[in-house]
Order: sequence, then structure tokens, then C-alpha cells
Amino acid sequence: MNKLPPALELKDIHAGYGETEILHGINLSIDNGEIVAIIGPNGAGKSTAIKAILGLLNVTKGSVILNGNEITDTAPDRVVTKGISYVPQTHNVFVNLSVQENLEMGAWTRLDGIKDRLEEMFVLFPDLREKRRQAAGSLSGGQRQMVAMAKALMVDAKVLLLDEPTAGLSPKYRGEIFSTIQDINSTGVPILIVEQNAKQALGCANRGYVFVDGTNRFEGTGTDLLEDREVARMFLGGGE
Amino acid sequence: MWNSFGFEFVNFYFIPGIVLGCIYALGAIGITLTFGILRFANFAHGEVMMTGAYVTWTLMAVTGALFGWVLHPLIAAIPSIFIMIILFIIIDRWFYKPFRKAPTIKLVIASFGMMLVIRSLVQVVWGPNQITFVKGIAKPNSFIRELTGSIDMMILIPNKHFLIMSGTLIIVIILGYLLTSTRIGKAMRAVSDSPDLALVTGIDVEVVIRATWIVGGACAVAAGVFLAMDIQMLETTMGFRMLLPMFAAAILGGIGKPYGAVLGGLVIGLAEELVSYPWIGDSALISPGYKSGVAFAIMIVMLIVRPSGIFKGRTF
Repeated sequence: MNKLPPALELKDIHAGYGETEILHGINLSIDNGEIVAIIGPNGAGKSTAIKAILGLLNVTKGSVILNGNEITDTAPDRVVTKGISYVPQTHNVFVNLSVQENLEMGAWTRLDGIKDRLEEMFVLFPDLREKRRQAAGSLSGGQRQMVAMAKALMVDAKVLLLDEPTAGLSPKYRGEIFSTIQDINSTGVPILIVEQNAKQALGCANRGYVFVDGTNRFEGTGTDLLEDREVARMFLGGGE
Repeated sequence: MWNSFGFEFVNFYFIPGIVLGCIYALGAIGITLTFGILRFANFAHGEVMMTGAYVTWTLMAVTGALFGWVLHPLIAAIPSIFIMIILFIIIDRWFYKPFRKAPTIKLVIASFGMMLVIRSLVQVVWGPNQITFVKGIAKPNSFIRELTGSIDMMILIPNKHFLIMSGTLIIVIILGYLLTSTRIGKAMRAVSDSPDLALVTGIDVEVVIRATWIVGGACAVAAGVFLAMDIQMLETTMGFRMLLPMFAAAILGGIGKPYGAVLGGLVIGLAEELVSYPWIGDSALISPGYKSGVAFAIMIVMLIVRPSGIFKGRTF
């Protein structure tokens, strides 16, 4: 039986800023239909890995493969047309544009079916429907996150990248965001999450990777990692 | 109390102030858009106005020589807008584009260089001397004079001022529609809001930049032609003299906010005219010679008190 290629695959990625190499050989893959979480301490290269996928920094070695096609070093605005949608950690909505205008901008690379997709987004994010004429900048942090995700889903995303979607949100909203992520995933979109809230992220994800010092040190299913003694000792111990 | 106070104030200070404000407003739209989207203070913007006016005059002169009748400046302005837009898209492609990722200051200095290049080229082609744009004395519009005279508040608006004010109104309405109801207009606001997010959203920033030159350039040519209609002559420094009040208008309204630029332009234009009204005693409060100082003073005060401008624009 032919196995489908993974939705997104990173093979031995080396990348960094200028002379400084931050990623020393990252390997990871996201299968179709999966939620994959990347956790790890600050400076482990989680966000850098996302930037490498997006073409925001130069990959010095290794390859980024989307559905079996190599897309290494594609320019950031072209990456979207390839099917990678990205929600940045901060500044992820156009604050002066209305909610609906934000979604329309998300659909920039889409040629048709914008109205239908807009309607689908208002079904997936019901709160946004009544706020669609409001400036995105006037919404609360959690609602902005919803706008940012809806905006990213206006294209036919082959994979959705979320950079710390719950950073700075209250616990109430965090739970809501994670359940929304599962809703989005149930529509068939594979999702890669980078998260500080390791427990919740691993609870929501099918699989997880633990990054340490620019390499992926551990990988496994969400529950395995949550139960792993060493991972627990290093990242999950104490509080959050 | 429509006595001599009202008559003099409205006809000789208020209306000319609004007219000047309209010209500043149209110029400031381009400055604020370039600042918001391309992220640099475009010193060459005044030269776009000036060159647009020269091209318009040339088209008028050519039709006069060929057919014996001179095109109205507003008609001749339309082809010159197209000519100027093509010119500025070429300049952007070959001159500004290599600086796209460079620090802002390099672009500012580059635009300063472009300003000198354009002005010198205009001087080479059209000569350094003043040119008469339209001849004759501008008589007040007799319809408005009689209409308002019958209710005892005679308003004297020359036709040129009437055309400048209504032309500006139409352009601002079109601009408003463009920015709020078209795909490209929304994208212009999006890039102005956050260029980094626009990039990862997949918005084609180069298309947006081209649209910015088109919109800003069209407004600038209109402003240049309106200015030439108002002062009835052309000179190669006319754009440069507009630069300070236009920047003041853009800052007053809030950088990156086109409506702010319009409001800022009107405020600066009115302020410049109204300070020479004899508010106290019989002589001008501030001599008209210090007019340009008013714009400068407003800009400085605004930068100290509220650098983000009336409409909370960007601060640098």
C-alpha cells in the first residue's frame, strides 16, 4: 500500500540568523490530519523552525517538503500560495481593518469562493460574525487570535502553523483556543503548534516534539511525552 | 453678523484658506500613503506636483497651437496624470526598488536626490523662468454671487476656486471608496498597518506599492494643476514650496491616515490664511510673509504634543 507523503516534513534543517546557526539539524513530520506540537524551553529554536519553513530566514542545509514537493527557501509571500498558512505569535491581525476585511486579506491569493469560505469561517468562529464590521484592533486578545486563525484559513491551507497561539491569554481563553484548534483539525487541516503551555498543547496534539538547543531531542505521542519522566522533569515540572 | 467683517473674512481669508487647504490635502495624501506603505518621507513628492502641472500646461499649449483652442486645465490634467503615473512606476522600478530592504534613511536621501534630478530636468526642458499658466483676472462666479447677494451675504468665489474645491471633494470621495471598498484599497491599508503580516498573508506587496504610486501620483498631479490654476503661473520651485506644509498636514492628521492628511491639509491651509486676518486692530495679525512659518510651527507643536497626529497614525 502506498503511504501518502507527510503534509509537511523537515529534513535535517540547519538555519539561523546571519553567521549564528540556531537550528542544528531538525527532523520532523506532520502527517495529514494530525496536530503536532513543538515544545521546549526559550531559545530552543521553536520559532526559528517556523521561520525556516516560511522562508523568512535562509536554510543553510536540509530541506522543507510540503506534500512531497520540496519548497525550501521559497519567498514568504509565495509560501502562502503553496498552501502553508501561518499565524504569528503577536501582531497577527491588521488592527485598523475590520474583522471581515482581515479575512478578505487572508483570501488575497484565493481566486474564487471567497464568499463561501467567509461563511464557513463565521460558522467555525460564531463570535466573529457579529463583530465582522468592528476594527480587529478593538477586540480582546482571545478574539484577535480567532480572527488571526480565521484569516489564515481563508486559503485552502495544506498545513496551518500556529506560533504560540495562547501566549498572553487568560486560562479561560486558552482552553477555548485549544478546542478551536481541534475543531479546525477536524475539518481536515493538519496543524503544527509551537507552544509554551506544554501540558495543554500535548494534551491537544496527536504527537509532539521536544526541542532542546536547536535539535529535536524527544518525540512521541502527546500522552507518551506527558508521561515521559525526563520530559516531565525538564519541562513540565512545576505549575503550568 | 454679515457686515464688513463677514464679507471680508469669508471672501478674502476663509475661502482662499480652504482652497489652499485643498491643494495641501491632495499633496499630503500621497505623502502619507508613501510614508505608510513604502515607509519613507518622499521629498520628491512636491516635484511630482510641479512636473504634473508643467505637463498639463504643455498639453494645453500643444492643443492651442495645433487646433487653435486651448484645453481646459482639468481636461489636460487627465492625460498628464497617466503620463506621470507611468513615469513614476518606471522610477520606482529602477530607482527605489533596489532600496526596498535598505534602511529608511537611504530611501529618504534617495528621494531627496530624485527631487533635485526632477527639478533640474524640468528646468532643462521648460527653462528656469516663470510660465503663465492661465491668463486673465479670475472673476467671481456670478451665479454664486447673485444667489448669495440676494440673501444679503455676498460670496465671491472665482470659478477656479469653485473648481478646485469641488474637484478635491470628488477626489476625496473616490479615494474613500477605493480604500474602503476595493480589494487593492484594503490591501493598501493592510500593508500600511503591518507590512510583515501582509507578507506572510501572501499579499503581493509589489502590486500594493504600484497602487500607492498610482493613487499618490494622481492626487499629486491634481494638486499641482490646482495650484497652477490658483496662482496662474508655473515655476520650478512651486512643488518644493508646498513640501513643508504638506508634511505638516500629513503629520497633523497622523502618518498613514489619508483622511487625516485631508483634514490636516485643510487645517494648515486655513491657519496659513487666517493668521494674516486683522484679528486685533487694523493690520494683519501676522504678516503674510510669515505664512510658511505657521505650517512649521503647527508641525513642531504637533510633534511635541501628539506625534501620532489627530487620527493616531504611525510614529517613528
